[in-house]
Amino acid sequence: MSFFGRLKNSNGGAQLAENVIISARGVSLSYEGKTVASDLNFEVCDGDYLCVVGENGSGKSTLLKAIIGLKGVNSGELFVSDKARRAGLGYLPQTTPGESDFPASVREIVLSGCLNRIGNKPFFGKAERAAADDIMARLDILQLADKPFSQLSGGQCQRVLLARAYCAAGAAILLDEPVSGLDPEATQEMYRLISELNREDGKTVVMVSHDTDTALKYASKILYVGGTAGDNFFGTTEEYISVKNSLD
Amino acid sequence: MSLTLNSAGEISVFEALKKYLEYDFVRNALLVGLLISLCAGLLGVMLVLKRYSMIGDGLSHVAFGAMAVAAVAGLAPMTVALPITVLAAILLLWANEKGIIKGDAAIAILSAGAMAIGYLLLNIFPSSDTGSISGDVCSALFGSTSMMTLSESDVWLCVVLSAVVILFFLLCYNRIFAVTFDSDFARASGIRTSAYNLIISIISGVVIVLAMKLVGALLISALIIFPALTSMRLFRNFRAVVISSAVVAVIGSGVGLLLSLIYSFPTGATVVAVHLIIFMVCAAIGAATYKKE
Repeated sequence: MSFFGRLKNSNGGAQLAENVIISARGVSLSYEGKTVASDLNFEVCDGDYLCVVGENGSGKSTLLKAIIGLKGVNSGELFVSDKARRAGLGYLPQTTPGESDFPASVREIVLSGCLNRIGNKPFFGKAERAAADDIMARLDILQLADKPFSQLSGGQCQRVLLARAYCAAGAAILLDEPVSGLDPEATQEMYRLISELNREDGKTVVMVSHDTDTALKYASKILYVGGTAGDNFFGTTEEYISVKNSLD
Repeated sequence: MSLTLNSAGEISVFEALKKYLEYDFVRNALLVGLLISLCAGLLGVMLVLKRYSMIGDGLSHVAFGAMAVAAVAGLAPMTVALPITVLAAILLLWANEKGIIKGDAAIAILSAGAMAIGYLLLNIFPSSDTGSISGDVCSALFGSTSMMTLSESDVWLCVVLSAVVILFFLLCYNRIFAVTFDSDFARASGIRTSAYNLIISIISGVVIVLAMKLVGALLISALIIFPALTSMRLFRNFRAVVISSAVVAVIGSGVGLLLSLIYSFPTGATVVAVHLIIFMVCAAIGAATYKKE
C-alpha cells in the first residue's frame, strides 16, 4: 500500500495549482503497523501558517514525516510540489538530535541546514556561511555560534534547530512540537520567532502542536487530526473557531 | 625481528631508529601502519558517535573467522576475509538501522560464534605451511610480525584503499556530519542516508581487515575507538574532533610501532597501550579544562 502512496507522492506535483506546496487527498497514515489517521484532506499554499492539532497519538508527527519523505502513506494521495521539493523543506524534529556527548558547535549544526543549497559541491561557500550567520543573528544565537550544542539550554537548542530548519527551508518549515519541554518564557519567544519568519519572510510554516490556544493565535489555517475515525477538520482559523463555538 | 638495541645501550635510540629506517620493510610497515591508523581514526568518530563501537569489535572477530576459513581452504587470507567482513558489516549496520537486532546481544553472538568457528577450523585442519596452530592464532588475534614482511602488493593495496577512505571523508565531510548528527534531517535535505550507511559499512569492513595485520583481531576496536574517544575529551566541535582523531591515531600508532621496533615489544599490544596512555592523559586534561567552565 505504501508503495503506491509513495509513487503518487513523487509524480503528482504537476496537477497542482501554482501556489500549492503540499496537498493531501484522502490520506491515511499508520504508525508501527497501526492506522493512526485516515481520510486527511488539506492544502498548504505559499505563505500559509498551518497548525496541525489533535490528540496525542493521532498521527500528527507521522504526517510531518510523510510530508518530508521519511515515511510513506497508507492510502490516499500526498503531493509535495516539485518546486517545493527542489527549494527544500526544513524540518525541526520532535526529539533533540545527537547524543548528549555529540561534539557539534552551534554553527556546524546551523550550517548543516544549508546542505540542500550546495547541490553536489563538497563544501559550503561564502553565501551559505553568510546565510547561517544571518539567521543566527536574527534568532539571537550568533553569540553562541562556537558553543557546543550539548551545553545549551532547552530554549537555545530549539532556536538552533529552528535556524537549521530555516536554512533548509527554501519552500516551507515543518515543525514538530517546537516548544515541548520549554518554560513559558522560552515558549512565547519561540512562537514569536516562528510567527516573525512567517510574516516577515513569507516562509510557509507547518507546525504540529497540542497547544490549541496558541495555534489559534498565530496560525492562518488549522488541520485537526481526528484519529482513525477520520473525524478531521481543515479550514481557516476563523472557520475552526466558529465550528468549535457552534459545537460548544 | 632480531634487530634489537644491545643491552649496554651503546647506540642511542635515535641512531637505532635511523638504522631501522634504512630498511625498506621497516619503512613499508610504518607507512602501512600509519595509513591504516589514520583511516581507523577517521572511521572511529562516526562509529563512536553512532553508538556502533561494538560493531567494530564484532566485525574483527568475523574477520578472524574468515581468515581461518581462508587458511584451511588454502586461499589468500585477504581475498576471503575482505568480502566476508564487508558483507557482515553491511548486514550488521543494516539490521541495526532497521531495529532488527538490539545491538549488543546479537553482536556478542556473532563475535563469539565467528571466533569459535575460526579456532575450531584451525585446529581440525592445521595449516601445512607453518605447522603451528598457536603461532597462527596468536598472530591473527594480537597482530604479528607480518607487518615487517609486507609484500609490495600488500603495501599498494593498503595505500590505495586508504587513499579512497581519506578522500571519502574529505569530500563528504559535511554530509557525513549531517548523517551522523541527525539522519532524519539529512534525509529530508535530500541526502541519500542509506547510501552513506552502506559506504560506512564497506569502509568499516575494509579498515578492520587491513588493521588485522597491524594489531590483530582482538585489538582492532581499540585502534578504531581510542582516537575518537581521546579527541572527544579535548574538543567539543565536530571538525576539531575529526582532525584531532586523525592526528592522535597517527601519533599513537607511530610511537607504538617505533617502540615495538626498538624494544622488540609485540606490535599490536604496544600500539594499543600507547593509545590507552594518550587517552588517559587527554581525559585528565579534558576533565581539568572543562571543570573550569
